[in-house]
Amino acid sequence: MSSYLEIDHISITFPTDNGPLEVLDSVNLKVEKGEVISLIGHSGCGKSTVLNIVAGLLQATSGGVVLEGQEVNEPGSDRAVIFQHHSLMPWLSVYENVRLAVDQVFKKSKSRQERHDWILHNLELVHMSHALERRPDEISGGMKQRVGIARALAMQPKVLLMDEPFGALDSLTRTHMQDSLMEIQQELNNTVIMITHDVDEAVLLSDRIVMMTNGPSARVGNILDIDLERPRDRLALAEDPRFNHYRAEVVKFLHDRHTAQPEASAPAAEKNGGPALRIAS
Amino acid sequence: MSSTADSSNPEKPLLFGGFASGMSSQKRHKLLLSIFLPAVAISIFLMLWSVSAKNIHTSLGTFPGPAQVWVQGQNLWKEHREERAKAAAFDERQQKRMEKAIADGKPPEKIEKMKKRKYTGKETFIDQIFTSLWTVAVGFLLASIIAIPIGIVTGMNSMLYMAINPIVQMFKPVSPLAWLPLITMVVSAVYVSSDPMFSKSFVTSALTVSLCCLWPTLINTTVGVSSVDKDLINVSRVLRLNSWTKTFKIVLPSAIPMIFTGLRLSLGISWMVLIAAEMLAQNPGLGKFVWDEFQNGSSNSLARIMVAVLVIGFIGFLLDRSMLGLQRLVSWDKNAVLR
Repeated sequence: MSSYLEIDHISITFPTDNGPLEVLDSVNLKVEKGEVISLIGHSGCGKSTVLNIVAGLLQATSGGVVLEGQEVNEPGSDRAVIFQHHSLMPWLSVYENVRLAVDQVFKKSKSRQERHDWILHNLELVHMSHALERRPDEISGGMKQRVGIARALAMQPKVLLMDEPFGALDSLTRTHMQDSLMEIQQELNNTVIMITHDVDEAVLLSDRIVMMTNGPSARVGNILDIDLERPRDRLALAEDPRFNHYRAEVVKFLHDRHTAQPEASAPAAEKNGGPALRIAS
Repeated sequence: MSSTADSSNPEKPLLFGGFASGMSSQKRHKLLLSIFLPAVAISIFLMLWSVSAKNIHTSLGTFPGPAQVWVQGQNLWKEHREERAKAAAFDERQQKRMEKAIADGKPPEKIEKMKKRKYTGKETFIDQIFTSLWTVAVGFLLASIIAIPIGIVTGMNSMLYMAINPIVQMFKPVSPLAWLPLITMVVSAVYVSSDPMFSKSFVTSALTVSLCCLWPTLINTTVGVSSVDKDLINVSRVLRLNSWTKTFKIVLPSAIPMIFTGLRLSLGISWMVLIAAEMLAQNPGLGKFVWDEFQNGSSNSLARIMVAVLVIGFIGFLLDRSMLGLQRLVSWDKNAVLR
């Protein structure tokens, strides 16, 4: 039986002024339905590039992405993306931002009233019903990210792709957002691929952590199964030896990579990471 | 960024009453300063003006100081009132004559002919202000109608941008005075009509204004459209918006603040260009007023020109403010630096 989402030996090479640069070398990953996967690795290793290829925003040079038996090579609402910087339309209210997506995705399948209810339902899910008429610049960073998540969820995607979704938030807000995300995932059983730099976040949220080697020519270095029962409670886990063990595993992997290879080549790879260029927080 | 967003929000209710009242007195203080400081600056300016004016002797007498200019300003207003009174009197006489003609049973053709007789007094300073405003409005609107669509298209197509950018950069710095003779000749040759809707001088002035104020709007629209946030473009790709929806729901709203910046620059330039264009094209507006007074060379001419200078400046200021008001009304970017 084939997996729900299959990232099948994708490689990507970008032309640069100094000749072609291979950012990913045959990255291979199978994701089951309802699974939460974290991608972790040093900045510039091409995590965002993987995500962008799955989203269809970038084309792999070789290999491909198969979702439910269908190859995907262009963007679509079945793979919703949540960017690090909320990416809400600043001229639209919270409600209108979600509506833009809902109107587009359910133009034909839902009536006007159904779409309205669906927008409200999704904003309720992220606890943003109180600010429907606010503009993005009138709400806090955490609230913006909530609206971004509501917009993505409202598309009813098969896969939720998150590119450092909480990276720009302060740590308290980030904690709230992680709890919210776990709650929502519990309820909707979304399939999630998430990039993060935060080891605690990766262990807390994921079923598996995919650790990538340093770029260029990054590949999957190691996959760590996080065998912690859900729902997870961050306070209880903080004392849990298994949690600390997983945490140590990831840190050790990252530390080994850090000493094994100089970081000098890393920024160049990130630069070629396409639209989702990010600087590690 | 996220954590500080709340604290910088001015609408956030204040926690401490004492602090709040302190704020309001601070506000009052600021308001007083914003009246007081300009008032001081204006008085110093008027003083310097009147002192230095007394020491400048021209062939038309001493350079006018604030007092003379004030007198001439009142004169211009009086002339306008007198001219209006004359016009009203003429209309009244005309009306009586017509009534009499109808009572006498004159043929309708003759009455029609009488109706066409209009008052032919000279235009006053006030009339000329309105002519100028009308001319600049037509020229500016024409330029905007041309520049915004071209800006949108070039902003969305980088090849086209590369192609026409050098042309834009070359024509941008050309002075209106260089264009004017060419436009005058072309208008004379092309705009031929036995019963023209607009006078040639009007068309020439408006076209010169258009040609000179086209560029800021064009360039700013291009930049605004081409620099839409990459994330927003990616959102539109994920949503698979067609290019029509993408343009009108993502690209254009996002470019609105830049388009308005361009429009404001253009309006400023068009008002400046207009005066020069009217001088040479003899369009009966403020430019012609200045030119006529200069040619007239009476002892009052310099003071009357000075009145025109002040009025031109004040109207330019009002135009800029109204564009700013429109921008505040229409644009979503309320935080844009508005100066």
